[in-house]
Amino acid sequence: MMYKPYKLGLHNPNLTLKEKIQRLNFSYFFLISLLAAVGVMMLYSAANGRWDGWAMNHAVRFAFGLAVMLVVSLFNIKLFLRYAYPFYFATLVLLIIVEVAGHTGMGATRWIDLKIIKLQPSELMKIALVAALARYFHTTTLQNIETLRGILPPLLMALVPAFLIILQPDLGTAVMLLCTAGVIFFVVGVQIWKFVAVGGLAAVLMPIAWHFLHDYQKQRVLTFLDPERDPLGAGYHIMQSKIALGSGGLFGKGFLQGTQSHLNFLPEKHTDFIFTMLSEEFGLLGGVIVVLINMLILALSYSFAVRTTSYFGKLLIIGLTTNYFLYVFINIAMVLGLLPVVGIPLPLISYGGTVMLSVCASFGAIMAVYINKDTNLGRE
Amino acid sequence: MNRDNDKGKTLISRTLIWMGIQFFLLLVIVFRLYYLQIYQADKFATMADENRISTRLLIPPRGEIVDRNGKILAGNRQNFQVMIVAEQTTSVDETLARLDKILPLSDDEKARVIEDVKRFRSFVPIKIKDRLSWDEMSRVLLAMPDLPGIVIDDGLSRYYPYGEQTAPLLGYVAAVSEEDLQKDKDSLLEVPGFKIGKAGLEKQFEHRLRGTGGNLKLEVNALGRVMKEIERVDGVPGEKLQLSLDVRLQQKAFELYNGESGAAVVVDVRTGEILAFLSTPSYNSNDFVDGVSSKIYNALLADERSPLLNKAIAGQYSPGSTFKMMVALAALEDGIITKDTKVYCSGRMQLGNQFFHCWKHQGHGPLNVVEALQHSCDIFFYEVAQKLGIEKIAAMARRFGLGSVTGVELAGEKNGLIPDKEWKMRTRGEVWHTGETLIAGIGQSYIMTTPVQLAMMTAKIANGGYDIKPTFLKVDKDKQTKKKRLPVFREYLDVAREGMCAVVNRPGGTAYMSRFNLDGQSMCGKTGTTQVRRITMKERQSGLIDQEDMPWKYRNHALFVGYAPADNPRYAAAVLVEHGGGGSSVAAPIASRLLQEALILEGTDEK
Repeated sequence: MMYKPYKLGLHNPNLTLKEKIQRLNFSYFFLISLLAAVGVMMLYSAANGRWDGWAMNHAVRFAFGLAVMLVVSLFNIKLFLRYAYPFYFATLVLLIIVEVAGHTGMGATRWIDLKIIKLQPSELMKIALVAALARYFHTTTLQNIETLRGILPPLLMALVPAFLIILQPDLGTAVMLLCTAGVIFFVVGVQIWKFVAVGGLAAVLMPIAWHFLHDYQKQRVLTFLDPERDPLGAGYHIMQSKIALGSGGLFGKGFLQGTQSHLNFLPEKHTDFIFTMLSEEFGLLGGVIVVLINMLILALSYSFAVRTTSYFGKLLIIGLTTNYFLYVFINIAMVLGLLPVVGIPLPLISYGGTVMLSVCASFGAIMAVYINKDTNLGRE
Repeated sequence: MNRDNDKGKTLISRTLIWMGIQFFLLLVIVFRLYYLQIYQADKFATMADENRISTRLLIPPRGEIVDRNGKILAGNRQNFQVMIVAEQTTSVDETLARLDKILPLSDDEKARVIEDVKRFRSFVPIKIKDRLSWDEMSRVLLAMPDLPGIVIDDGLSRYYPYGEQTAPLLGYVAAVSEEDLQKDKDSLLEVPGFKIGKAGLEKQFEHRLRGTGGNLKLEVNALGRVMKEIERVDGVPGEKLQLSLDVRLQQKAFELYNGESGAAVVVDVRTGEILAFLSTPSYNSNDFVDGVSSKIYNALLADERSPLLNKAIAGQYSPGSTFKMMVALAALEDGIITKDTKVYCSGRMQLGNQFFHCWKHQGHGPLNVVEALQHSCDIFFYEVAQKLGIEKIAAMARRFGLGSVTGVELAGEKNGLIPDKEWKMRTRGEVWHTGETLIAGIGQSYIMTTPVQLAMMTAKIANGGYDIKPTFLKVDKDKQTKKKRLPVFREYLDVAREGMCAVVNRPGGTAYMSRFNLDGQSMCGKTGTTQVRRITMKERQSGLIDQEDMPWKYRNHALFVGYAPADNPRYAAAVLVEHGGGGSSVAAPIASRLLQEALILEGTDEK
């Protein structure tokens, strides 16, 4: 051995625990915790000023999520690369199991009841797909990416689970999954004309797809297009959400003072519509602060990606960050009446265990990549 | 390696684009927030308030109607209701079963309650039974701890303690109709169960009695449950209405009629205040408050004595001999007679080929105007009327308010009719016949008056010609304005009054039997008996059928107008008994008792 690049510490995958902890980005943790704290506060308000119940559960879940995040942060990035495909296929199998023998809840088959937790494979798939795609594009060449043959395997990797999730039926998650995949295709350099072509094809296929939508899904789309169409029926939620937001004004009605929320005019105020409640009680100021914190989280994530040497690591961060962004954007745009109501929660703030866990795990993975930012993964 | 470099560069540049897109999308969200929360904030704030604030009207208590002594004629009675709030009990059926043991409920009532419980939200109180007696109420209250979900609510409902006796003047309140809603935009009318005056003084003084509704602003949740009270603006209770009526006199009048059909009005000749106002038979105001049952209503409609007609203001009758004062006054004023001019009554007079009879076949012999009134001689007034002509008689009658509404505070008052030549030509296209003037001279022919007009006519004769207006409202003694005088010489009125006093107090007067002497105070008046059906020549020849043997509706109307005391008169009365027979035998005794009662009660006014 002429030289030992390990000595430089740049390509050394075997960082000590101490080194790893030193490399943790605490601002990142702080911003994430800040959002979770906002969540606890809003859930306290949603329960009309009660700690036990939503707020307490949320705090406990976040504590658990934080632990998961930390543990995942300390993983060796090589493990991610090595197990990307097996993880993906395992998750795909789980999705198929759900399809065959899943527990039916709310008219949609989404859960596997593991007694301790209800596992939602579609949520797991969001991470697994990002990892698998990152793994695929890590090894392929730009040349290959630009050919149809090179793009076919990753396309199938995205379409097969999306199709299974639509069957559940969970349109929101499927759309998110396809969007994430689409963004990954975009950033790795798939030609723009291909996206235009797919968009054109989708426009042509839209009327056909319409027939396969469930009635409630059709209602949601129609209601999105015209919320006042049926103010007491399907349009009620979005109308009440806009009233709550608008009446909040610049500074809001005050903590625990949101009339739309506390008098139950606002539906699902602890889950999908929690941003509405926040904006009602804290006004434009509160809403913009939450958006800004999210922007900072995104900015930090992308800065991690830029500083990461490996293609796989970069793509993993971009994919997972995109996934998080889609959660935030779709949820807020939905409660603002910019998108149809698709049942996507606001991560870290909305009440709900699965999303909390998957988002925390994603952040952990992002952090793990950042810690191993200078690990050379080669082309394997 | 180059390609690898390109791959990395592409990733960075494409990611930068994607970051730009994300930044743009989040900016869209911020702008949307700005649009909703700043630009449209007012609109949504209003909508949020509309959502959460439920405004309820506070119903003001309706003003009481009291008589001149403060006795309640129309009041508000507590209406106790038992209600059930479904969410406060584990089993509605169980609670109802327990309640049933204390307050027996019919199967229908139970079924309705169960139905309503299903229909309304669980916190809405459902009425089980209303108008509970004190006894029932206290039993329920005592058992309340064992009756989860049961609440007691007290509302107000209108109550008329004197029922039928005061119905002609008070009328009644009842539910609001569609038509009322069109005419009256007061939002109180839209409150379920709200009652408004539908007839009588209740209708006339509706706006003073009603008061102004208050507002209660409540915060409600999405289900409509009341969370808290935000604001309360108290309304103004309805005004208490004090009437001039003396309910004791009213009751006395009711007793005196003893079921007979007719009308009586007693007024204070100085102020025009109505002390008694009777139209019998009548209806019971209380029957109408909650909507009259068709059984009662059909019975009222079927009654030939028309209880729904207010005979005192809307019953139009020939005044008969009570009109003779008008003819006498017209003749004295015209100068065709003096107080002492005598006319010979032979029992009949001829006009062309027609004979006109006095009620006394053998005739009265020679008599002056006072004696003519005393004996109610028809020939005297035929003669005088013939010389006067209808126009002068009509003019005098109109001066005393006959032939047009008196303006008393009740809707539906009729004008009556004082005919003249022009009227006949206009309405019938015929010329006036002298014979008709003769008949008009004894208050028949086309002449129609209402009892309230006759009472006012009498009052104006009695008070020395002061023009007073009848009123149901108690007149404040301090605020009395100076009365205008009618253009009639006092000395002529004195003659008319002397004649009226002779009717009652001189032997041979037609109401001599009804005279009284109450501490030196006596009554003066004039009888009247009017034919409802024309007596045919054949009947007159074969001898008149006794009134008692005729069907009720063909019998004569009995009339009496009078005042008391004879000197310094204070009260005037008009009494009409439909198909009652003779004025002297039926109407005069009632008027006599009424005026005595008025004089007796006078000193006992509580204020």
